[in-house]
Amino acid sequence: MTTLTPSKPLRPNLSALIFNRPQKAYVHPYLGGFLLGLVLFSAFFLTGNGLGASGGLNRLVVFVEDLIAPAHVDRVSYLLKLAGGDKNPLDDWIVPLVAGTLVGGFASGWLNGRLQVKTNKGPHISTRQRWLWAFVGGSIMGYGARMARGCTSGQALSGGAVLSVGSWAFMFAVFGGAYALAYFVRKLWN
Amino acid sequence: MPAFPLPLETLVGKPLMYLIFAIIGFAFGYVLEISGFGDSTKLAAQFYFKDLTVLKVMFTSIVVAMVLIFAMVGLGVLDFNQVWVNPTYLWSGILGGLIMGVGFIVGGFCPGTSLVSAATFKIDGIFFVLGGLFGIFLFGETEQFYDYWWNTAGYLGRFTVMDWLHLPTGVVVLLVVLMALFMFWGGEQLERIFGKRDLKREPLMRYAGAGALTLGALAVIFIGQPTVTQKWTRLEPAKAPLLAERQVQIHPGELLASMGNDRLNLILLDVRSETDYNLFHIHGAQHVPVSDLPALVPKLLVEPPKNSVYVVMSNDEAAATEAWKVLVANSVPNVYILEGGVNQWLGIFGAEETASVPTPAPPGDDSLRYTFSAALGDHYPAAQPVPHEWQLEYTPKIKLQLQRDKSGGGCG
Repeated sequence: MTTLTPSKPLRPNLSALIFNRPQKAYVHPYLGGFLLGLVLFSAFFLTGNGLGASGGLNRLVVFVEDLIAPAHVDRVSYLLKLAGGDKNPLDDWIVPLVAGTLVGGFASGWLNGRLQVKTNKGPHISTRQRWLWAFVGGSIMGYGARMARGCTSGQALSGGAVLSVGSWAFMFAVFGGAYALAYFVRKLWN
Repeated sequence: MPAFPLPLETLVGKPLMYLIFAIIGFAFGYVLEISGFGDSTKLAAQFYFKDLTVLKVMFTSIVVAMVLIFAMVGLGVLDFNQVWVNPTYLWSGILGGLIMGVGFIVGGFCPGTSLVSAATFKIDGIFFVLGGLFGIFLFGETEQFYDYWWNTAGYLGRFTVMDWLHLPTGVVVLLVVLMALFMFWGGEQLERIFGKRDLKREPLMRYAGAGALTLGALAVIFIGQPTVTQKWTRLEPAKAPLLAERQVQIHPGELLASMGNDRLNLILLDVRSETDYNLFHIHGAQHVPVSDLPALVPKLLVEPPKNSVYVVMSNDEAAATEAWKVLVANSVPNVYILEGGVNQWLGIFGAEETASVPTPAPPGDDSLRYTFSAALGDHYPAAQPVPHEWQLEYTPKIKLQLQRDKSGGGCG
């Protein structure tokens, strides 16, 4: 004899829709690289620009700064170039690109069952430690990216594809810096 | 003009253009996520030789895009001069890169991947993005203390590997493809040793991909890159009428008026012989023989102010017209020819000049039809006429054309 289960409340179904989708495997790196190469090519082909990320974040920071302290923005030459006077720092191609990147990342995570509130970390550090180091690493990365006028997306991928010497030098420096320090921070990841 | 890249803002307006960028960004984020780049442990594993996904994805994407780009450029479909090439600031690029490497291994992401990670609710990704915003803020506040170094150290402008090594584009493309394939092979060996990976389970398709990339690079060599003459020939139907209808030849009066116009960034290029230039040239004119113009083009393409106007001049118009064709073929916008050249300029502004004596000579052979007692360059009143002393009639022809209808490429 079968018994009818009581009707479930709405929330678990929603949770299943968002968080508990079947998790798919990552695509093979060469395939991912090939697809990324097509995206990169399409960007250059259609628009003349490559990809980017740190520039969009930069403009967001300057936008907020301009809201809070516009006089300061007008006095610092680096900020002035982006938001001096009534220039809108968000009025730039890279801002919709970054917005699209967030949405695309979310969409892929959702469709492939990888939307999860979790912290990825090495086995020998705590979650809190990971958060701290993520913030510290992010700060260092953010600083370096603006110094280099771009990050792995804007300089390495984009500049690399069009064979800019500075971009290739940058790319080797990034890998060099990371490999050089890897041994000393191995506890974070291993 | 090669059809691509598209002049998006003129073609579809800014909102739609931004939508296109958003769609490109969507694809970018999607591909990063399906490659596993939302996971910091996967990204960090690269630096312990266990999982070289970062290397494989990055370099595959670079070489795939590179082969496609330069093939399209070679075929005349994509205009390389309108493609953004990150200007090289060698030392800030290298130092910034080293710092970024540190940030990468400490934090486990780069800016793009951290966005994808945060978008999939990974808390470490969110913390990294917040840190990134903070680091960017710090840069904005501290850059002023080394502004000069940051803006000048190792500045080489729009400088490609072809320029650096003096090799043809196709050869560089092939060398980069071979280097990438070697790194993939090496990476797979490292994964086998350190990551205990069974290489027999890797898809055989990758050898086909390697072959395809190599063939693509060879195709780029075979297709070659368009020469200036070829570029001009493609443009001729559209651009030659401008010359014939005298739409780009400006009267000396208009040039004088432009020199006093603050809203224009005027660049004067004198393409005559050095002798003629030294005898007399207009104040502010740079000497650039026509043969040196192609080498000047990268400097002209690196984000000049949008209101830049280039005026080329020779004694009459022959050399200047050649120069105009070279610049236009190289996608330099807002190029004009000084009508009648230096000869007409002197005819108008040098009439009361005692130092310059008109010399009768066959007109139109682009030779200087004045003699000077000394080579004083621009130390003549005629080199720098006072604008308000002259009331000249002419048909104005300068119209500013947008070069890039967005704020250039590049991150920020």
